[in-house]
Amino acid sequence: MSQDGRLAVGLVQMDPALGDRDRNLERHRQWVRQAATAGVELLVFPELSLTGYFLKDLVAESAIPLEGAAMDELRGLSDGIDVVLGAVIEEPDHRYFNASLYFSRGELVHVHRKVYLPTYGMFDEQRYFAAGDRFRSFKTGFGRAGILVCEDIWHLSSAYILSLEGVDMIICPSASPGRGITTDERLGTAESYGLVCRTYAQFLTTFFLYCNRVGYEDGANFWGGSMVIGPNGDIMAQQEGTDEALVLATIDLGDVRRERLANPLLRDERIELTINELRRVWHERTRKPF
Amino acid sequence: MSAPASLSDPVFPPLRINPELVRRILVGFIRNEVRKVGFERVVLGLSGGVDSSLVATLAAEALGADNVLALIMPYKTSDPKSKSDALQVVQQLGIHHLEIDISPQIDAYFARFPDADQKRRGNKMARERMSILYDQSWDWRALVIGTSNKTELLLGYGTIYGDMASAINPVGDLYKTQLWQLADAIGVPTSIVQKAPSADLWAGQSDETELGFQYRMIDQLLYYLVERRSTVDELKRLGFDEAFIVDIIRRVRDNQYKRRLPVIAKLSSRTIDRDFRYPRDWGH
Repeated sequence: MSQDGRLAVGLVQMDPALGDRDRNLERHRQWVRQAATAGVELLVFPELSLTGYFLKDLVAESAIPLEGAAMDELRGLSDGIDVVLGAVIEEPDHRYFNASLYFSRGELVHVHRKVYLPTYGMFDEQRYFAAGDRFRSFKTGFGRAGILVCEDIWHLSSAYILSLEGVDMIICPSASPGRGITTDERLGTAESYGLVCRTYAQFLTTFFLYCNRVGYEDGANFWGGSMVIGPNGDIMAQQEGTDEALVLATIDLGDVRRERLANPLLRDERIELTINELRRVWHERTRKPF
Repeated sequence: MSAPASLSDPVFPPLRINPELVRRILVGFIRNEVRKVGFERVVLGLSGGVDSSLVATLAAEALGADNVLALIMPYKTSDPKSKSDALQVVQQLGIHHLEIDISPQIDAYFARFPDADQKRRGNKMARERMSILYDQSWDWRALVIGTSNKTELLLGYGTIYGDMASAINPVGDLYKTQLWQLADAIGVPTSIVQKAPSADLWAGQSDETELGFQYRMIDQLLYYLVERRSTVDELKRLGFDEAFIVDIIRRVRDNQYKRRLPVIAKLSSRTIDRDFRYPRDWGH
């Protein structure tokens, strides 16, 4: 990050090979080199970028533990720039998580285990993955960040919790398959994600980095559309089309301060009221006394 | 059957598509699913109808005309117009083609079963064409690209292991009325888009006569049934005739087997496709 608070971010809108970790790792190395040459300081890969998405029984075969040679190789990607990538993590107790990992200076800084695993329609994640149980922000060299993986953002509470931790940016790696054909120029899913991501950025006065993959798996297309959104809700960079691409944007972290001065929504947020009301709703639902 | 005015539009609004968006997705699909498994070429049966003409057009755009082989496989009772329409598409796209008259092999077989009815003969012809497609695909190192649309697949209006067989199918999620819009927009000859749909298994055959309903109406009902999961009561309130509803639901249900792999008797703890579940694009 430069002295004036500017940060060069990159989103890798890539097409991972399904269930071929070695090939994908090599491709991650190539993208990191390309991004570093372009001056990128924070590089984001999509959900499950190291393995592909519709893994089914390949989940177990594609998994890596948080410690060991495979993780050392991933840590090595971040020697020059910060890297967020998606992988299947196998815990020592043999639970498998759809995880997004933040690496910086050769170290694993943060692991977000996807909390909301879509299991409906074309999705079957709960059949294969264990669900994460927390939303936590973390400190980076560029301010406070939080990671939400794809379906996580379809639950308002996820971004809300991160925002109350004061994040400067929400990073959302995604593997969103396109569907919904109408007369519109864009798929229904692309429209919905655009709406949600921009709403979060503006409501929570935070940068929002949405990195979606491209390509096809078993006939399903991933629509890309990766975007960088400023804390006022404006799209600063977006990749049109469904080709592999490196999306670049330079963001000014001072915009978060400016936006929160102009629209002090976070300052005025009534956390205790929210907690009390949620507790009431919970008690009414579970019919337990206060 | 009668339908309320809102259901009688030329193109039912919810089934209108943006052809440019769909074209882009399907061209990408063909390119991606063919190339990543190590192929460059496709082979397809070109009947001169709108479905296969559309698929040929998409394949030529995706892979280049030089990588598409169209097999024209008439039987002696096929409408000569079908062949001339197919040749028009071949010429327009500049794709390779091969004409194979299936009459000798069909007739040789049915010489032993002279009493076989039209449907049996039609199914045999569809499977004969499939067998030729797969043989040519081996010789030409190509994938067989399918042309069954969503309406046909749902109604089971196709021959299992015949015209329903393929390696990849770009149009299986498009209803017939959607497919017409796409074909029209990407330059399939208007005469082909507008002619009455026919499997052309025998002279004068017509899909809509055989099915007993127009595609336009069937697609509207399927839209509510499949996409909106409407109940029978809701469908009746929308103005659909009960006999029509019941008939279409029965067809979808009775033909489910055609859309599935053969049922495997379960014995082990990991049975193929039940609890041995790997993606088709495994390793690609």
